Amino acid sequence: MPQMTMIQAITDAMRVELARDTNVLLFGEDVGKYGGVFRATAGLQDEFGEDRVFDTPLAESGIAGLAIGLGLMGYRPIAEIQFIGFIFEAMDSICAQAPRIRYRTNGRFHSPITFRAPFGGGVKTPELHADSLEGYLMQTPGLKVVIPSNPYDAKGLLISAIRDNDPVFFMEHMKLYRSFRQEVPEGEYTVPIGKANIVREGTDVTIITYGAMVHTSLKAAEEIEKKRGVKVEVIDLRTINPIDTETVLKSVEKTNRAIVVQEAQRTSGAAAEIIAQITEKGILYLEAPVLRVTSPDTVYPFGMIEDEWLPDPTRVIEGIEQVLDF
Amino acid sequence: MRRIISGQIEGIEPFSILDVSGNVVNEEAMPKLSDEQLRDLMKKMVFTRIWDQRAISLNRQGRLGFYAPVAGQEASMVGCESAIDKEDFILPTYRDIPQMIMHGLPLYQAILWSRGHQHGGEIPENVQAFVPQIIIGAQYVQMAGVAMGIKKRKKKKVAMTFIGDGGTSQGDFYEGMNFAGAFNLPAIFIIQNNHYAISVPREKQTAAATLAQKAVAVGIPATQVDGMDVLAVYKIVSEAANDAKNDEGPALIEVSTYRFGPHTMSGDDPTRYRSKEEEKEWEEKDPLIRYRRFLKNKGIWTEEEEDKLIEETKEEINQALKKADAYEKMTISGLLDSMFEVTPPYLEEQKALFAREGK
Repeated sequence: MPQMTMIQAITDAMRVELARDTNVLLFGEDVGKYGGVFRATAGLQDEFGEDRVFDTPLAESGIAGLAIGLGLMGYRPIAEIQFIGFIFEAMDSICAQAPRIRYRTNGRFHSPITFRAPFGGGVKTPELHADSLEGYLMQTPGLKVVIPSNPYDAKGLLISAIRDNDPVFFMEHMKLYRSFRQEVPEGEYTVPIGKANIVREGTDVTIITYGAMVHTSLKAAEEIEKKRGVKVEVIDLRTINPIDTETVLKSVEKTNRAIVVQEAQRTSGAAAEIIAQITEKGILYLEAPVLRVTSPDTVYPFGMIEDEWLPDPTRVIEGIEQVLDF
Repeated sequence: MRRIISGQIEGIEPFSILDVSGNVVNEEAMPKLSDEQLRDLMKKMVFTRIWDQRAISLNRQGRLGFYAPVAGQEASMVGCESAIDKEDFILPTYRDIPQMIMHGLPLYQAILWSRGHQHGGEIPENVQAFVPQIIIGAQYVQMAGVAMGIKKRKKKKVAMTFIGDGGTSQGDFYEGMNFAGAFNLPAIFIIQNNHYAISVPREKQTAAATLAQKAVAVGIPATQVDGMDVLAVYKIVSEAANDAKNDEGPALIEVSTYRFGPHTMSGDDPTRYRSKEEEKEWEEKDPLIRYRRFLKNKGIWTEEEEDKLIEETKEEINQALKKADAYEKMTISGLLDSMFEVTPPYLEEQKALFAREGK
C-alpha cells in the first residue's frame, strides 16, 4: 500500500473521482496548469483536460455561483476556495444558496457540490488564511462540514463528499498537508460522512476533537498517561455537521468525563454544540462538567504569537486534569 | 487629468421599432413574425396585465403572499421570454413570475410560491427554469454555471437571467457577466431598468450614462432597448439568443421600462418618491396601448377578442386559485425530509419530535 501525505491523498481522491464520473469538474484559482497553490490538483489538468479541470477568474463569489449553476445542469463540481478566509466573498452561495436548493425546490434541483478550502494555523500564514471558520459553516442547515485529520480519512471522506448529492464543505488543515505519511489504499474506498473515529481507546476521560487538534490531543493523552496513569479516549469527529452523537455518548457513558478540544476560538467552532448534545442526552453519565480547550476569543493572531495562541498539549493536559480533579 | 478612455460611452440610443402611436419607425428591423405570432405577443401581454391586476387585489384580500407588481413591464417580460425557446433556461428574480408562467410554470404553483408553499418552487421537470431569486445578483453568478453546463453538454441552447437597475450595483452582477465573458458562454443578461430600486432612482446607483455600458468592463456586447416596445425587445433578444447559440458568447441587454405599481405589495408607496408627472409620462408609453394600435392598424386585433381574452384569463386565474387552495398543507416532517437526499439521524429525531405535536 502506498505511503501518502494528506495532500497526496486529496489529489488521489480527486483523480479517482474525475476518472470515475465525467460529470465531476474541478475548478478554482490556479488549480489548472499550475496544479494549485499547495499542489493539491497537480497533474490533474494534464490527465483529464481543460474541459474537466480549469482555472477561473479571481472571484470567489463567481466560483461558488459557477458551482451552483453547473450543479443545476447535472454536473458534480469540486470548487476550490484558495484559502478559508476568502469564503466570506462567497458566503451567499455557500450558505444561503447551495444548501437551500433541494429544500427550495422540494427536490427538483439539488447541489452536489464539494467546496474545498485549506485552513488552520501553525504555518505562519498572512492574515485570513488560517482562521477556523467551521462554526459559520456548521450552523447552516443543508450543508455538511467535513474536516479530516489524516491521509487515509482525507481520501475516503473526499470521495464520499464528491459522491454526496448535497453540498459538502471540505476543510483541509494546512499544517496536516505534509506533516506525516500514512498507508493509503490505491483506487476507490469511502469513509462515511457523519461518522466519528475513536483514534485512541481509554477509560478515564474522553477528548472530542477534530482537525489538527486530534494530534495535539493524542500527544496530551500520551503524556498524561505517563504522568498519572490516566487512560484517555480520543474521538476524531471527522464530520462536524452532522455530529456523530452516538459515538460521543457511548464514550462518555464509559469514561464519565469529557473535554472538547478545538483550534477555533472559544465562542466559535463546534465545541459548544458538542457539549450541548452531551448535556441533553448524557448528563447522568457525567462526573464533571464538560470543558472546552480552545483558542482565545481574539481575531486570529499575528504570525509571531501564533504558537502561544493555538492550543498545545500542555493546555489540553490542564483541561484533562480539571475534569479529573473536579 | 489625462484620460485614457472616457467614463461615458456615447451614442447608445434605446433601440425601438414602434413609436408611441404604434407606427413602425424602423421597418428594416421588423422581426419576421407571422400574424399569429404577432397576436401571440399581445395575448401574453394582456395575460400579464390581467394577472398583475388580479394578483394585487388577491394580495390585498390576503389570498396571495409576497408579490412584486409588473404592470408597465409587460413588453420587457413578454419580449424576452418569447425570443427564446422552451428548451432555453431562465433564471428569474422575484419579479419575473410572468416569464416563468409563459415558460411553462403552472399558474397555481406561482400562486403557491407567492403564498410561501414549498410546492411553488418545485418546477416541473419539463420546465427549463430555476426558482425566483430573492438575493439580488445571485442569479447572475449562477447563470455563468448554467450557461457553462449548456456549453459543456454541447447543446444549442441559451440561458437567460434578469436583474433590475439597482441590481447592477452588486458585485455578483459584475462577476457573473465577467465569468460568462471569460468562458464565452451562451448567456443573455437582461437588465430590466424600471428606473427605481424601491425608492432609489437609477441615477443614484451609478454615474454611468447607461447601464448597458457596464458590459464594457467585462468585454461583452451590449445594447439598450426601448422596453415599452415589445417588438424591439423581441428583436434584440432574438438576435442575442441566436448569437449565443452559435457560440458567439454572452450579451448584456438593458431594457428601459417602468413599473406602474409599487416595488412590492409589502408596504411600498411610490407616491413618496415619484411625481405624478413622471408617472403620467410613462403611462403614455404603456406597452399594451402602443402594441394594440399597431395590431389594430394591421387589422389583426379587435376589442371584442381582447375582452374575451380578459374573461378567459380571469377564469384561468380562478381555476388556478382553486387548485392552489386545495393543495395539501406542508408539514415539518416534509420540510425535514427535503433537506437532504438521505435524511440523517439527527433530522429523523427532530421529525419524531414534531410528529408527536402533529406537525
